[in-house]
Amino acid sequence: MSKILLHGTEAICEGALRNGCRAFFGYPITPQNEVPEYMSVKMPQLGGVFVQAESEVAAINMVYGAAGAGVRAMTSSSSPGVSLKQEGISYVACARIPCVIVNVMRAGPGLGGIQPAQGDYFQATKGGGHGDYHLIVLAPSSVQEACDFTYKAFDLSDKYRVPAMILADGMIGQLMEPVELPPMRSLSDIPKKEWATDGRFGEKRRILNSLLIEPDVLEPHVNELAATYEEIKRNEARCERYKTEDAEIVLTAYGTVARICKSAADKLREQGVKAGCIRPVTVFPFPEEAYAAVAAQPSVKAFLDVELSLGQMVEDVRLAVAGKKPVRFYGRTGGNVPSEEEIVQQALRVLAEEKRI
Amino acid sequence: MLKILLAGQGGQGVLSAGRFLAACGLHEGKEVSYLPAYGPEMRGGTANCSVIVSEKPIASPLCTVPDVLIAMNAPSFHKFAPRVASGGIILVNGSLSDCYAGRDDVRVYDIAANDLAIEAGDIRSANMILAGALCELTKVVQERSFINCLNEQFVGKPHVCEVNKRAFAAGVAAVKEKDA
Repeated sequence: MSKILLHGTEAICEGALRNGCRAFFGYPITPQNEVPEYMSVKMPQLGGVFVQAESEVAAINMVYGAAGAGVRAMTSSSSPGVSLKQEGISYVACARIPCVIVNVMRAGPGLGGIQPAQGDYFQATKGGGHGDYHLIVLAPSSVQEACDFTYKAFDLSDKYRVPAMILADGMIGQLMEPVELPPMRSLSDIPKKEWATDGRFGEKRRILNSLLIEPDVLEPHVNELAATYEEIKRNEARCERYKTEDAEIVLTAYGTVARICKSAADKLREQGVKAGCIRPVTVFPFPEEAYAAVAAQPSVKAFLDVELSLGQMVEDVRLAVAGKKPVRFYGRTGGNVPSEEEIVQQALRVLAEEKRI
Repeated sequence: MLKILLAGQGGQGVLSAGRFLAACGLHEGKEVSYLPAYGPEMRGGTANCSVIVSEKPIASPLCTVPDVLIAMNAPSFHKFAPRVASGGIILVNGSLSDCYAGRDDVRVYDIAANDLAIEAGDIRSANMILAGALCELTKVVQERSFINCLNEQFVGKPHVCEVNKRAFAAGVAAVKEKDA
């Protein structure tokens, strides 16, 4: 199939629609307004439901209802809007309702700014709302991945009955790149949901609930969730490595920042510095084993973690590297994005410091 | 790989010119990326976009050090001229800006895009004047594929299409004249 030029936001929509998403609920917020705009046109054409809700809280609860009835449903927002959705996300996670939540991150905290950022890593990967739960979190770094990962998120979410999140930075939303779209999947091809409350009268009652008031009922339920998260950690952690085989300095980042790191690694190699990159594709589950393997390489002197935040993923990197090698950090905030040249300078600084020690 | 930064005021067609370039690159089977940056304003405010056209896969989509700068007004020219790579090219809209870059390691082309656009039939086609100049100078995409993209974009609007084609051709001619 030939490639077409799409915005990241449009690619997210196509990925969803082509894997059977037939319900979208959203509320406008920059920089992801193109998602509801695109869905409002395409969803009715496919016989699906598009609702511009009265608020973010309403939108996530509409997802709860639609997905609870077995429909593949999605909502999308940007940082402050995703914060508003957290109560609903916690409910959906407890009731084990598969759905997809898109966060096109902008600068925070507070209402913040509208330029790209990655300050919601903790919120996305450590639960976000109240209680013990996780989401499956995929972090695209190109427009093609924005499409492919959203497509995949629906399958993963259905498989484990755990909500999935697409964690994209503002750059992914605005970027236009060639995309090869997957074929439109037939709804009959999507596995039936034997738990869905879709009104099959006469059969055994199906109940979806996030209120389990008896401690001896809630504890086994939470343990069951924990067992599912462990299974997800075993099966679904993914990462991409770039020229790490002989690297002295390993740059690490997720999303579009990882691409800037790749360019920086190439620049460093032109200067004779052996640089490589490692990028988590899934930020939950975090690809711990891959990081540990790179950290164990004798060639590696240090890691440099680069983020559009004050340092969030760096904690997971340090846990995975487990003290085998030093992990340094460089971040920009407020909507600013580091250039290749900046990252090159930081990498050289880190290497110089390591050699001095 | 050619990194192009297009900058100007919102409403000047900076972003649409960038999208055309990316679309043409894709039509020619090249790797492309287009990254816009603009404020909340519909018109006015600043707008710029980074376009990369490459034979190989593109890692970073940023153009912090562009090979070519297209500056549609004076503030954009003075803001971005210092960032252009040594040996690079600056195309500046001489109708709305001076052309003193303060450096001699880049080629500066002063093109009166607004005036030429008015001659072509519509001041709004100033972006196509500079796109024409860019294509002639760098051959980043073929003139033919640009014309094809215009035909595709303005199907059903033959008048608009003709104006844009005339503007594009005027941009090509303006560069030929300066280099002659």
